[in-house]
Amino acid sequence: MPTLTTEFADVTGSEASMRRFLHGLPGVDQVGAEARAASLGTRSIKTTAKAHAIDLAISMVDLTTLEGQDTPGKVRALASKAVHPDPADPTCPQVAAVCVYPDMVAIAKETLGSSGINVAAVATAFPSGRAALDIKLADTRDAVEAGADEIDMVIDRGAFLSGRYLQVFEEIVAVREACTREDGTAAHLKVIFETGELQTLDNVRRVSWLAMLAGAHFIKTSTGKVQPAATLPVTLVMLQAVRDFRDSTAQMVGVKPAGGIRTSKDAIKYLVMVNEVAGPDWLDPDWFRFGASTLLNELLMQRTKLTTGRYSGPDYFTLD
Amino acid sequence: MSRVDVRKTYKLFIGGAFPRSESGYSYAVNDAKGKFVANAALASRKDARDAVVAARKAAGGWAARTAYNRAQILYRVAELVEDRRPQFVAAVQQSEGLSAARANAAVDASVDRLVWYAGWADKLTQVVGNANPVAGPFFNLTTPEPTGVVAVLGPQQSSLLGLVSVIAPVLTTGNVVVLVSSHDRPLPAVTFAEVLATSDVPAGVVNVLTGSAATLGPWLASHMDVNAIDLVGVAGDPALATDLEVAAADNLKRVRRAPAAEPDWTLTPRLDTMTDFLELKTVWHPMGV
Repeated sequence: MPTLTTEFADVTGSEASMRRFLHGLPGVDQVGAEARAASLGTRSIKTTAKAHAIDLAISMVDLTTLEGQDTPGKVRALASKAVHPDPADPTCPQVAAVCVYPDMVAIAKETLGSSGINVAAVATAFPSGRAALDIKLADTRDAVEAGADEIDMVIDRGAFLSGRYLQVFEEIVAVREACTREDGTAAHLKVIFETGELQTLDNVRRVSWLAMLAGAHFIKTSTGKVQPAATLPVTLVMLQAVRDFRDSTAQMVGVKPAGGIRTSKDAIKYLVMVNEVAGPDWLDPDWFRFGASTLLNELLMQRTKLTTGRYSGPDYFTLD
Repeated sequence: MSRVDVRKTYKLFIGGAFPRSESGYSYAVNDAKGKFVANAALASRKDARDAVVAARKAAGGWAARTAYNRAQILYRVAELVEDRRPQFVAAVQQSEGLSAARANAAVDASVDRLVWYAGWADKLTQVVGNANPVAGPFFNLTTPEPTGVVAVLGPQQSSLLGLVSVIAPVLTTGNVVVLVSSHDRPLPAVTFAEVLATSDVPAGVVNVLTGSAATLGPWLASHMDVNAIDLVGVAGDPALATDLEVAAADNLKRVRRAPAAEPDWTLTPRLDTMTDFLELKTVWHPMGV
């Protein structure tokens, strides 16, 4: 990894050094993390600040459809919505990306055209991650070839929980290499931890560092298929990790909570936390995203409430 | 030694739960003679918003129940009101300053009213629906369907009989309710909410907000996800009633207009208490296929 400082180069050299490093990270005070997340959630964001927060949150949404029943028609509809979330209001910002299964990438790409919205594809045997490495890599290459701008990979939670950290690390490195296109550019790599299966916040901190050392561009909480999905305390620990990682390596890594964020109030709580924990540099769609589907309608409803002064209803926005 | 009073602060009823007002405010409720009785939650616009969300969530399930089942559930509510008779009599007496005999009569009439509307649930379609004669080989059938989320600004004077008389018809036809209770006499509505919570009425089908119709009315009238509004609670305030009607026009809400004064609730209700919040669906079906 040419981008790493020598300080960390010897960490990733062997299973033992990796374990020593990850287990040497300071433990997370779970009660403290929950209390901090809860106290940040009580900040009152109103009027113009709220309007700004809602627009920022919309521009950070990875509009997602990851269902077995996805059809090309649904993906086209979703992509159109990504470009014009509120067709009645041209001042409404675009979302950041559309997140689909690899076989839908070409369709999403075609509909998005030159809008500048990225297409993210989940790969590596999403959502379980239970497949041989070469299948995961083939899955990734397929998605990149189809035109995906971002790859959302899942880690092998079984390997991580049984302590085979180097295996998880090498898998991320291999997938990152598979993200390289023929012209030398590369799709951005988001690494999904599925924190709902990792049991402890200590594990969340360890896996965050592991993924960042392996070269992840983004670290992402969950697939959305497992409960609990994204929670404020988990995201707090990940935001601390990216902040500390930038302090020691001068590299910025993005964070993406996904799943379970349904109301605009939730979204604003996350934004407050990003600002307070990681810093305002992360308040940008390039460095913070929401993986969500129903959240967008909620944000649009709140936005409409702010502009019209009356409550809106789900009848006035497309279902997705 | 004298007993310490239990100082009561009642809560709202939203989505089957009893939350405090989002605003944290409550207000003092006095009896008819102006003596303090208890505190009630002062609902804010955000409570109204939450109540509409809860009602919308419950609307599909309640409308999909069979009319027979809705009748049974309303009848069960009547049973429970009867079970709590002393509590309701005391609450009505206190709120409205009635004699014991008249308060008893009001509770009697309320229970009878619930039973009356329960009976209507599976008969209304036969009365207001129709097999229409058409000049072609079609069955042409008209059936009533619920309008959806109905905001009811409850009567200010009649705290129980009036309340039951405006809620029961909306429920029996398969609609869901966001009720703003009488501002000065909210306690029978709170007790009625406790009855609903322990009956078989699903969570969210009735939501009870205690507070001011003048404050909450505009938010409910302009709310795009409310399908109809009953303005009886602002009877006698034509200026406010007109404002609410104008606000309700934005999404073509059905409006039951405010009367000049609160009606006499002891009269047998007319059919339009139910048909006001119904939509008629007509289906053409080919014959002989």
